[in-house]
Amino acid sequence: MELILALAIGVLGGSGVWLLMRPRTFQVIIGLSLLSYAVNLFIFSMGRFPVGRPPVLEPGTAGDPAVYADPLPQALVLTAIVIGFATTALFLVVMMAARGLTGGDHVDGRARDR
Amino acid sequence: MQQLTILPILLPLLAGAAMIPLEERRARLRAGLGIGSAVLQLAVAVAIALQAHGSGGPGMVTVYRLGDWPASFGIVLVADRLAALLLVLTALLGLAALVFSLARWQRMGVHFHALFQFQLMGLNGAFLTGDLFNLFVFFEVLLAASYGLALHGSGVARVKAGLHYIAINLAASLLFLIGVSMIYGVAGTLNMADLAERIAAVPAENRSILEAGAAILGMAFLVKAGMWPVGFWLAPTYSVVSPPAAAIFSMMSKVGIYAVLRLWLLLFGAEAGASAGFGSTWLLAGGIVTIGFGAVSVLATQDLSRLAGASVLISSGTLLAAVGAGQVTVTGGALFYLASSALAIGALFLLIELIERGRDLGADVLAVTLEAFGDGDDDDGELDDEVGVAVPATMAVLGLCFLCCALLLAGLPPLSGFIAKFAMLTGILNPAGLGRGPVEVSPAGWGLLAALVLSGFATVLAMTRAGIRSLWATAGRSVPRVGLIEIAPVLLLLLCCATMTAAAGPLMRYMQAAAAELHAPQGYLTGVIGRAP
Repeated sequence: MELILALAIGVLGGSGVWLLMRPRTFQVIIGLSLLSYAVNLFIFSMGRFPVGRPPVLEPGTAGDPAVYADPLPQALVLTAIVIGFATTALFLVVMMAARGLTGGDHVDGRARDR
Repeated sequence: MQQLTILPILLPLLAGAAMIPLEERRARLRAGLGIGSAVLQLAVAVAIALQAHGSGGPGMVTVYRLGDWPASFGIVLVADRLAALLLVLTALLGLAALVFSLARWQRMGVHFHALFQFQLMGLNGAFLTGDLFNLFVFFEVLLAASYGLALHGSGVARVKAGLHYIAINLAASLLFLIGVSMIYGVAGTLNMADLAERIAAVPAENRSILEAGAAILGMAFLVKAGMWPVGFWLAPTYSVVSPPAAAIFSMMSKVGIYAVLRLWLLLFGAEAGASAGFGSTWLLAGGIVTIGFGAVSVLATQDLSRLAGASVLISSGTLLAAVGAGQVTVTGGALFYLASSALAIGALFLLIELIERGRDLGADVLAVTLEAFGDGDDDDGELDDEVGVAVPATMAVLGLCFLCCALLLAGLPPLSGFIAKFAMLTGILNPAGLGRGPVEVSPAGWGLLAALVLSGFATVLAMTRAGIRSLWATAGRSVPRVGLIEIAPVLLLLLCCATMTAAAGPLMRYMQAAAAELHAPQGYLTGVIGRAP
C-alpha cells in the first residue's frame, strides 16, 4: 500500500515538474494539474493509511480514536482540491486570453529567436 | 470588544459579495460601497491596534474563537500588535488605491471593486488567522483576487505577465500544501500556538521531517516575498499591472514577510529546543542577496515602473535579512521600515502612472540614446535656470511627491525611511541595547549594515536619474492632466509617512513592543491556548 502510494506520488510529481518546465502553456497547465494530484495524495498520506476505518463518528464506538481514520487530512485534501480546481480553471481562461492576444501558445508569448 | 477581530474579514466579504449582483452601470454605488467598506476597515483596524497596544505594557492578545471551540480543535483569529499594524497598513493602502481608481481605472474592466474587496479580505484574513491551514485558505483568497486584479485592464503585456504570475503562484501554493501537511504529519496540529508548544517535544528522528516541512513552507512564503532566486516574477508583474492593483500588491509581498516573521519567530524561537534558530542563516543571507539583486536592478532599469518593482525587492530583502538577524531591536526597526516602505512604494506606484501620462511615445528610445551618447548633464547651471522657473504647478506637485518617495525609499532624512533604517542600524551595532554591554557585531551584521547603506545609495542614484529623465527633461513630453482625486491618495500616503516621522517616538515604542512580543511569544501562546504554557 505504502509503496504503491509512494510510487504514484513520485510518478505524478515527477511528470508534473517536467511538464511545468515545458515552454507550451498546455503542457504547463497539465503539469500543474498532475502536481496538484501528487500533492493531494501526499496530504492524504500524512494521515497514515488505516484501511477500512471511517473518518466520521459512529454511534456506539465514539471515544476510541483507534477505530477511526484521521479526518483532518481528508478535510484538507477536500479544500485543496476545490481551491486547485478553481485556480486551474482561472489559469485556463488566462491561457486562452494569451492565445488570443499573442497568437501563439508559448509561455513568453512567442518562442525566443534562435 | 472581542467581536471587532472578525470585522476586517466580514466587512470586505459582505461588501464584495453585495457588489457582484449589481449591474455594471451602478458604478457609483459600487464605488461608494467599496470606499465605505475601506473606511470602516481602517477605523476597525485602528481600534484593534489601540486595543492591542493598551497602555503600552505587555500587549493584550485578542483571540476570537470561531464557533467557540478551544484553540487546538477550532479555528481562531488572533489580533496582536503585529497583526493590527498590518491591518492598518492594508486599510490605508486599500483606501488610497480605491480613491485613485475612481478617476479612470475602475472602468477599465469588470468587477474591479468586488475583486478589490476580496483582495482586502484575503490580506486581512492572512494577518489575523491563527492556524496554518486557514493561512493557506486566505492566501488562496488573496491570490485568486490578485489574479483578477493583475489582469485588470487587459492588454498583451498584462496577460503575458499574468500568465507567469499565476503559474508561479500556483506552484508556490502546492509547496505551501506540502509544507503544511508534512508539519501536520509530524506534529499532529496546525494551530500555530499549539505547534510552537509541541515543537520542542518532537522526537529526534522526526525533527528533520518537521524542519524540511517548515523549509518547504518557508519557500512558499519567500516566493510571495520575492526573495532572490525565487523572486524574478515580481518586478515584471508589478510593473505592468494597473497602478491601483500594484499599490495593493505592494502589501501582498508583505504577506510573505509577515508569515515568515510570525511563524519563524513562533516556531523556531528560543524555546524550540534543538530546532531553535533553524534557518536564520538562510534568511539573513537570502535577504542580503535580495537587497543586492534589488539594488542592481534599480540601477539597471530605465523604466519607472520597473524601478518601483525593484524597490519592492529591496524592501523585501531588507525585511527578510532583518528578521534573520534575530535581534529584538532590529526586528522593531524592521517593522517601522515595513510600514514606511509599504506606504512609500504604494504611493510611488500610483505616482508613476501620473508622471508617465505625460510621456510621449518614443521617449524611452530617446532616454536610451541620451544615455548612449552621454548627452545632457554637462550643463547643470543652464538646466536649473531654464526649468526651475518654468515648472508648472502640476509638475511641481508631482516632482515634490516623487522627491518624497525617493527620500523615503532611500532612507534619507528627514522622512520616516531614515528613522527606520537608523533604528535597524542602531540595533545591529548595539546588540545588547544602546549604551549597554560590549559592542560586538557579527560578520553577518556588518554584511547587513553594508547592504542597507549601499542599497540606499543605489536607490538615491536610480531615483535621481529617473526623476531627472521623467520630470526635468522636457523633450518628448507634455504636462500630464492630473485630477485632484488622483493626486489626493498619493498625498494621503505621503502624509502618513510624514506623520510617522513626526510621531516617531510613540510609533517606535509600538513597533519595539510588537517585536518584543514576537521574540517572546508567551502572551500569544497563553492567549491562544487559554492557559499558561
